[in-house]
Amino acid sequence: MMEIGLTHFLILSSILFSFGLFAILTRKNAILVLMGLELILNSANINFVAFARFAGLDIEGHVATLFVIVLAAAEVAVALAIFLNIYQNFKHISVDEIKDLKE
Amino acid sequence: MEISKFINELQSSINFYGIIFYALALLIVVSGLVTILANKLMHSAVALLFCFFGVAGIYAMLAADFIAVTQIMVYIGGILTLIIFGVMLTTRMTEANERTAVLDSTKTAIGALISACSGIGLVLVFLLGDWKQVPLEELPESTLQDIGNLLFTNYIAAFIAAAILLLVAFIGAALIARRKN
Repeated sequence: MMEIGLTHFLILSSILFSFGLFAILTRKNAILVLMGLELILNSANINFVAFARFAGLDIEGHVATLFVIVLAAAEVAVALAIFLNIYQNFKHISVDEIKDLKE
Repeated sequence: MEISKFINELQSSINFYGIIFYALALLIVVSGLVTILANKLMHSAVALLFCFFGVAGIYAMLAADFIAVTQIMVYIGGILTLIIFGVMLTTRMTEANERTAVLDSTKTAIGALISACSGIGLVLVFLLGDWKQVPLEELPESTLQDIGNLLFTNYIAAFIAAAILLLVAFIGAALIARRKN
C-alpha cells in the first residue's frame, strides 16, 4: 500500500466532482440538482484543504473553505425558498418542465 | 515473547493512515453514488448525510480540525436539515417517485459521458501536475488560533461581507418562502 499523498485526495475530489456534475446534468428534481451542487462544493473544499495541508499547513486554504461553507449555506436557504414558491405555483419542482416563473 | 514481537511487527507494518483513507474514500464514493442514483428523494438525502460525514473525516485526516467540525455543524446540522425539509414540503406521498426519475436513457448517457470525461480530465490534470509540496515539520495542536488571526486581520473585509450576505440571504429566504398573494 503506497503512502497516502496529495494526489490521493485530489483524485477523490475529482470523483466527487463528476458525481455532482452527473446529478446536475441528468436529474429532473430541483432538490437533487441542489444536492449535486453540494457534492461539487464539497469536492472543491477537499481540494482547498488538501493543497493547504501539503503546502506546509497553510491556513489560508482553510479560510477559503470556511467562506465556501458560508456561501453554500446562504445558497441552499435561498434556493429552497424559491423551490417552495415554484411548488406552490406548479405543484411540482421538475426542472425540465418549468419554463415560466409564474403561471 | 514471540507473539508480542509478532504483534509489534504487524502493527508497524500496517499503515493505519492508508486504511482510514481508503475506508473514508469508499464511504464517500458509495454514498455519493447512492445520492445521485437513488429512486427516492429521501434515500438521496440520507446518503448525502453519510457523504458529508466522510468528507468531514477527510478534513480531519488533512489536519483541518476546525473545518471538520464546521462541516459537521453547518452541512449536516444546517444544510442537510434544510434539504430534508425541502424534500418533505415539495413531495406528495402519492407520487413520491414520479418526479425524481432521470431523463430518458440517451440524455442520461450523454450526461454520464460529459461528467465522466470531466472527471477523467481532472484526474489527468491532478496526476500530471508537478505540485510543489512543502514538508510539514510538526502538526500544530490546533489550527483554530491561526484561522482566527487570519480572519480578523487579512480577511476582515471578506468576513464582514460574508456575515452581511448570510443575514441578507436568510431574511430574503424567509420573505420569499412566506409570500402568499
